[in-house]
Amino acid sequence: MAQTVFAPWNDPDAKPLIQFQNVTKKFGSFVAIDDLSLDIYEKEFFALLGPSGCGKTTMMRMLAGFESITSGTIRLAGEDIDPVPPNKRAVNMMFQSYALFPHLNIWENIAFGLRRDKMPKDQLQARVEEMLKLTRLEKFARRKPHQISGGQRQRVALARSLAKAPKLLLLDEPLGALDKKLRQDTQFELMDIQESTNTTFVIVTHDQEEAMTVASRVAVMDEGRLIQVSTPDQIYEYPNSVYVADFIGDVNIIEGHASKAGDGYDIVYAEGQPKLHAKTQTDLGGSTKCYLAVRPEKVAISADRPENVGNAVQGKILDIAYLGNLSTYHVELPTGQVIKAQAANTRRLARRSFTWEDDVWVSWTDTAGVVLGQ
Amino acid sequence: MRRLFLIAVPYLWLLALFLVPFLIVLKISLSDIALAIPPYTPTLDFREGLSGIRDFFGQLDFENFTFLTTDDLYWKAYLSSLQIALLSTVLALLVGYPIAYGMAQAADEWRPTLMMLVILPFWTSFLIRVYSWMGILSQEGFLNQFLLWTGIISTPLTILNTNTAVYIGIVYTYLPFMILPIYSALEKMDSSLLEAAEDLGCSRISAFWLVTVPLSKNGIIAGCFLVFIPAIGEFVIPSLLGGSQTLMIGKVLYEEFFSNRDWPVASAVAVVLLLILIIPIILFQRNEQKQREAEE
Repeated sequence: MAQTVFAPWNDPDAKPLIQFQNVTKKFGSFVAIDDLSLDIYEKEFFALLGPSGCGKTTMMRMLAGFESITSGTIRLAGEDIDPVPPNKRAVNMMFQSYALFPHLNIWENIAFGLRRDKMPKDQLQARVEEMLKLTRLEKFARRKPHQISGGQRQRVALARSLAKAPKLLLLDEPLGALDKKLRQDTQFELMDIQESTNTTFVIVTHDQEEAMTVASRVAVMDEGRLIQVSTPDQIYEYPNSVYVADFIGDVNIIEGHASKAGDGYDIVYAEGQPKLHAKTQTDLGGSTKCYLAVRPEKVAISADRPENVGNAVQGKILDIAYLGNLSTYHVELPTGQVIKAQAANTRRLARRSFTWEDDVWVSWTDTAGVVLGQ
Repeated sequence: MRRLFLIAVPYLWLLALFLVPFLIVLKISLSDIALAIPPYTPTLDFREGLSGIRDFFGQLDFENFTFLTTDDLYWKAYLSSLQIALLSTVLALLVGYPIAYGMAQAADEWRPTLMMLVILPFWTSFLIRVYSWMGILSQEGFLNQFLLWTGIISTPLTILNTNTAVYIGIVYTYLPFMILPIYSALEKMDSSLLEAAEDLGCSRISAFWLVTVPLSKNGIIAGCFLVFIPAIGEFVIPSLLGGSQTLMIGKVLYEEFFSNRDWPVASAVAVVLLLILIIPIILFQRNEQKQREAEE
């Protein structure tokens, strides 16, 4: 039996948990958030992704109540949250610095929020134990924050913010302080915890890999605006702009002039060179200027001109980046443009077919590229 | 060799400027008063050889210490000093904490200026500052003139030469010692801790009591000791601002020494004072050490 896909954003009847409605936030004359509207649904793992200064942290702080809204409204479960102070919101936040109370032990840190709610002692005890178990911290309950490792501190911060069973959990660069290996393990742990607690998570990150791994939907932000909001695969495969294509993963961007041809566009990228062709539903409208975005892993490299492939251009290998499992070949075209082609290293390095300065063909199919107007 | 030298410097310093003077005072406290120069006996005379030294030690006794217990002036003075020092410390904390808190909350560019304002009085002579309080607190002083002018009072208040003036003087003088350690503790505090407390359901006020105060605890303790320890032995402030009924051990010590010219009893008073102070000094040191360990 096929599993029903979790996609409330495609369901017109679904009620969003959080609604940003034309929200603007200014710091003095600086516009941090620019007339932004966004719906986030219950049980989503929503990632706000963007470079530093794009406004993602401001959005999170507005949800937590640490920043006021200049104009517009934010609704949580249908209710305008602007007048609600941070300590009365059913929203908890996991801070980037973790913000663990250094004078309290792990147990007391987790119990801190529950005590503020005057939870009865036996319930409180049970809840703290449950959180310790969820985050595998039972052994460290009596230690102070400075007596445990960074990864454990991160889990304490998570346990503390989840203890009050918030409707919405905000995570501000939750894995930023961890090293790469630990970060990858923790990403899956976060996903498990999100699923088992059925809490809505909103995560802020500048790490696109992290956003792609954990999130059900990703919002790519720049200069206080949402550039694209979609599932990770949609963002990767069908970016709506050069900015998104370039920000997420590696990409070849080929600038050219498009003319309608059959089921897509023919693209002239350099004089005297054969046209490229891309199948697309996109309508560029009146403008002929366009960009063709092709992911390096969708570009094949070969010694001879391949047959039955939509697009093939000849060039010379300029550089090879050896990544172990993969190699990225930088191929320079006669026009001076460099195309990156990625190939899996299925054979031993010593038996690699290409080396520097080799003349090769790079090719991709009609459907591999994405035609972008901007 | 170099290491030994580096270690020796502070120890020699302590030996020359603390231990040796203390042993001299201790020796005088065990001597008897005499009409001589110096005004006590015995004095060590090496010309008589070993028997002279034995004779010298034979003449030392604890008479002066027993004397201190027979006259209730002394223990009353000790007790009153403790009480004045304790109350002054509490008052300095109540005045100093808000100031330190305000400094820590101030914008970065203001902090050096505010810090300067706290330290600035140290650059004026301590005596001049105490004398100026006499000018402020006396019957015809600025404070009374101001209060009479505003109409709050109709007859001048008697503040100078009372314990109130002593409290004002001590709190004023030692306030920077309270402010600076508290400020340094508050300044180090991560502001996201307060946001986390609020996020977890604290009001601003409860976040202050549950987070800010516990995290500045070491600063509070350090500040309290830095005010309490010198305040116990304070002599200038009670003798200039205090009245005849102000009883403080520093004043008693001064009078024994200069008015009565009873050096042995004065020394005994000083030794007992030191013994009393050792307890808070040790506690202070332990607090400092604990803080250092916590920061590591």
